[in-house]
Amino acid sequence: MSRVGIVGIGHTAFGRRSDATVQELAFDAFAEALHDAGLERDAVDASVIAAVPEYHKQRSLAGVVQEYLGLCPKPTWLVEVACASGSAAIRTAWLAIRAGVHDVVAVIGCQKMTELETAEVLALMGRVGEVQWESCFGTTFPAYYAMFARRHMHEFGTRPEHLNGVAVKNHHYGALNPLAMFRKEITAEKAAASDPVASPFHVYDCCANADGAACVILASESRAREMSTRPVWLAGMGCGSDSMSVLRRPHLTGLPSAERAAAEAYAMAGVGPRDIKVADVHDCFTIAEIMAYEDLGFCAKGEGGRFIAERESYIGGRLPVNVDGGLKAKGHPIGATGVSMTYEIAKQLRGDAGERQVPGADVGLTHNVGGIGQYCFVQVLARD
Amino acid sequence: MFKWFGMVNFTPYTRVAEFAAHLKDGRIMASRCSACGARSFPPRADCAACMAREFEWMEISGRGTLHTFTTIAAAPTGFERYAPYTVGVVDLEEGGRALAWLGGTIPSGEIAIGMTLQLVPRIEEDVEEIRVFYSLERPGTTWSKAGAATVGERQAPPAAAGARRREQV
Ligand SMILES: [Zn+2]
Repeated sequence: MSRVGIVGIGHTAFGRRSDATVQELAFDAFAEALHDAGLERDAVDASVIAAVPEYHKQRSLAGVVQEYLGLCPKPTWLVEVACASGSAAIRTAWLAIRAGVHDVVAVIGCQKMTELETAEVLALMGRVGEVQWESCFGTTFPAYYAMFARRHMHEFGTRPEHLNGVAVKNHHYGALNPLAMFRKEITAEKAAASDPVASPFHVYDCCANADGAACVILASESRAREMSTRPVWLAGMGCGSDSMSVLRRPHLTGLPSAERAAAEAYAMAGVGPRDIKVADVHDCFTIAEIMAYEDLGFCAKGEGGRFIAERESYIGGRLPVNVDGGLKAKGHPIGATGVSMTYEIAKQLRGDAGERQVPGADVGLTHNVGGIGQYCFVQVLARD
Repeated sequence: MFKWFGMVNFTPYTRVAEFAAHLKDGRIMASRCSACGARSFPPRADCAACMAREFEWMEISGRGTLHTFTTIAAAPTGFERYAPYTVGVVDLEEGGRALAWLGGTIPSGEIAIGMTLQLVPRIEEDVEEIRVFYSLERPGTTWSKAGAATVGERQAPPAAAGARRREQV
């Protein structure tokens, strides 16, 4: 089966973007990716838009983005699986190319989250979980991950300092990323002293809502070789799901959907966790990054706290993770996040990451989680 | 009648709506598949194991052990007046899990994973419409239909008051 290559990448600054509409942000990312690929717009056969609709005033977002990008009447469709929408969109583009239906597909993740009123945000926050048996007790997105954290601490001795360590690392790298929302180092003391959200989490355990867009242009292997001297390949594509309700999970110390997605991606790529040189994982909350180390096999189950404490996920450590700042410092415009991860790892594999470059990065990984692990997508990326 | 369930209810219609009527009468009910016998809590009408459509109600004790918990300071719409409140997940002795508020019989300083708790049917008496829910309490705690609220806890469900003493991390 022929491969699918990444031939162009683009990315807006993430943050509070009250200067632009969502389609204007999408335009920036798409134009940059076209330029990066050296392609004319006409070469794009189809587009896949990733966005979570409830955050936008504009309904049916694919239409307005497609129009503003000047891509009509080419095929387009919207993909949504909460925070994993971006990777799901990349997966559908990959499927379309593998099926031989399209040769060149632009995947655009875009989201404006800061245009909602606080009251609307709070109402949405109350419907993150399963609404029949859980949301009626006032559960929130941080509360679920906080319950994972509490159980992880109980079973494995993970400590608040480990959680803070993830925030400190990701802010450290966010400070080096010109596209990140927060470009400031923080201290563990500052993280620990921030306002409580859902115990054991404080504000600095949680990523921030953001606006932004990212784009990757994918092409079939033959087209990718024609148009690019340094394509990055989607070498392994894994995907898994799990129950909406935490009451139906086998355990609450990790995400089985991530384990499944990782196993599938590693098998397809013919690599294992030890071959991965750089990774972007879904650190929507600090514990999520620690669980990701374990679910992806970067360390043994229960060793995630030690992995960050021993700086194994810093550049120079065993496996640098989220050296773009992660969701934590880069910001989390949910529809754009998965595409942003693929953008970052492609950049790393090309050797274009500047100050944050991981030396010798030839195989990388993305891990994009939807909701509280209802969906997980893992990609293994490789260069020739 | 499922609209009775919860302080804020998002799902008034369901095939297991009778659950709320049982709860109002002081019973916690699980479902049992008539074909394969698979039990479920929370209850479900359509069997996840064998896909049969027939089920029976089965009363459970509600006893279980605390699997995990969190005290929520930043509350969503409809729950502001209860914050901070503690929610816990229990592994039920009779199978399945439940998520609920930790009630006023559990001092916040005593909350610990592995402790034995009991899911107790509750009625919110301070509102005109019928509102039923369950909370996690010290084993053996019972509330009659009339005496739903605990002593001194008329303003809000005990969960909120119990959680007001901020938990130590
Ligand atoms: Zn059955």
